[in-house]
Amino acid sequence: MRARDLLPIALAIGALALVPLAVSANTVLNFLVFTLVIGLAAQGWNLLAGYGGQFSFGHAAFFGTGAYAIAILQARFGVNAWAGFAIAIAAGALVGWIIGYLSFRSGLRGSYFALVTLAFAEVLRILANASAVTGGAAGLLVRLDVRPENFQFASRAAFFWIALALVGLVLVLTRAIERSRFGAQLVAVRENESAAKALGIDTLRVKLKAITLSAAITAAAGAFYTQYFLYIDATIAYGTWISVEALLAPIVGGLGTAFGPLVGALALHGLGELTKGVAGSVPGIDLVVFGALLIVTVAFAPDGILGLLRRLLGKARRQRAEA
Amino acid sequence: MYSPAIIAEACINGLMTGAVYALIALGLTLVYGVLHIINFAHGALLTAAMFAVWSVHVAFGLDPYLAIPLLTPVFFAVGYAVQRFVIGPASHGDDSNILLVTLGLAIVIENALLAGFRSDTRTLNTEYGFQVVEIGPLLLSQPRLIGFGAAVLVTVVLWLLLARTDTGKAIRAVAKEKLGASLVGIDVAHVYAVTFGLGCACLAVAACLLMPTFYVNPRIGGAFVLVAFTIVVLGGMGSIPGALVGGLFIGVVESLCGLYLGDSLGQIGIFLIFILVLLVRPTGLFGAKA
Repeated sequence: MRARDLLPIALAIGALALVPLAVSANTVLNFLVFTLVIGLAAQGWNLLAGYGGQFSFGHAAFFGTGAYAIAILQARFGVNAWAGFAIAIAAGALVGWIIGYLSFRSGLRGSYFALVTLAFAEVLRILANASAVTGGAAGLLVRLDVRPENFQFASRAAFFWIALALVGLVLVLTRAIERSRFGAQLVAVRENESAAKALGIDTLRVKLKAITLSAAITAAAGAFYTQYFLYIDATIAYGTWISVEALLAPIVGGLGTAFGPLVGALALHGLGELTKGVAGSVPGIDLVVFGALLIVTVAFAPDGILGLLRRLLGKARRQRAEA
Repeated sequence: MYSPAIIAEACINGLMTGAVYALIALGLTLVYGVLHIINFAHGALLTAAMFAVWSVHVAFGLDPYLAIPLLTPVFFAVGYAVQRFVIGPASHGDDSNILLVTLGLAIVIENALLAGFRSDTRTLNTEYGFQVVEIGPLLLSQPRLIGFGAAVLVTVVLWLLLARTDTGKAIRAVAKEKLGASLVGIDVAHVYAVTFGLGCACLAVAACLLMPTFYVNPRIGGAFVLVAFTIVVLGGMGSIPGALVGGLFIGVVESLCGLYLGDSLGQIGIFLIFILVLLVRPTGLFGAKA
């Protein structure tokens, strides 16, 4: 980890942090906060899938656990929201470890891992929808009490800056992992698990560490979501939409890169808003674009937007060198 | 405790639903067995088929059962084209790419249906929708009994097709050894597309059998596809008898769980079986050892 690694992160986060000073429209800030929450959840997914090669289709399990943990702690046990936020992240990590332990120990990978994560998320959704402590199908409200010590703010800019800080923190963490021994081992597992094992890497341990971290990050996104909207129900928390969002953003942005999830989330949701603006309020039309974009990315730009940019920059540089 | 008659009726109802589940799972398991991919668009394609049944009924007054000979070839062609021109070229033969491409397809199809038909739930009104057949002490729904018979029939036809025809032989050859098959002159891309088309044709039949008693909305496929995954995993990925037995079993489990746990928790039994089978014996009950 050197200054050279931190500089682009500091620049990107610093530039984004200035946005609320220039724009005060609530719709813009709402859009940005929501996009950052998706970006954060996607950063979690990217750590496991982008670096570790384990494609989860059920990151809703972690998002939802974070979202419900902070809501239940406040509504049922009167725990302070910030303490609840920390516990929610820990709860998400625990669920991640359990799901990881069960599925990795059984040697599930590829499509099987995708399926089993999907099933875990569905089980949690059905349980949350039926049990009393989560408020059942009616969902759970967090009492409105706008004070900073309650993780509730009158201005959307404050939420924006907190979300941005979380995203920035994970960017630094991702970079640090990239440069670490653990990161190298994780990439080795992605490239060839048998070879990694043959080299003496404890692949189960590496994958467990990755899914635990990944789940913690996505749980943070879920807990933040609850604090922003002060309401949660089973279809939001454990619904397939968030599992899909969490994997779309890194793939479109650039799988296995630190900035990929953030770039992807901004690009996707920017495009989504644009589509809604053009096509009017036809439900689902933005998602049609997302799905098509996923296919197009896999077919033509497997390294996502960042990969495309790098290729274009490389070409421009070569042309300049030739001229 | 429930009386034996109620439990027996729940079991038989479960078997009848299970047969249609089996038909849906059949398409999935066939595609898995040959292409070795998990088709995440399966549920969305089922939804599309159900909307097709609904549309031809509303527009032309075509009976859902009479729609079978019309929609089955149409969906075979759709499936053939989707594999040949979208999934095949887009995924460059990489497994996780195929997973993502079929997921992308699912998102596109589901939301295009949402944009076109909105989120309203629709049903078909047929004269026979609520008719029952009396067998001894049991009252059985007539359309579901027809569904059961037709689903079993399709399974047998499909099995014969694979076992007895040249196309079936080519499909089995590609499933076993792709390179060898192409060396003896089998067009692998064509066989892949035919297999995918057969999977979609199964969905068209299933949709026609479901519509007289079931409803459709753009999100309905998700509920079926997870059940179908469970059946496929339980029966062994790629096994046709496995899909039939798995489907019937899951139908009964769902029916009994619904009886004892209520509707909202009823489905959980299926997912727990799913997770357990994946964790303990991912090759399924009928699957070959990996």
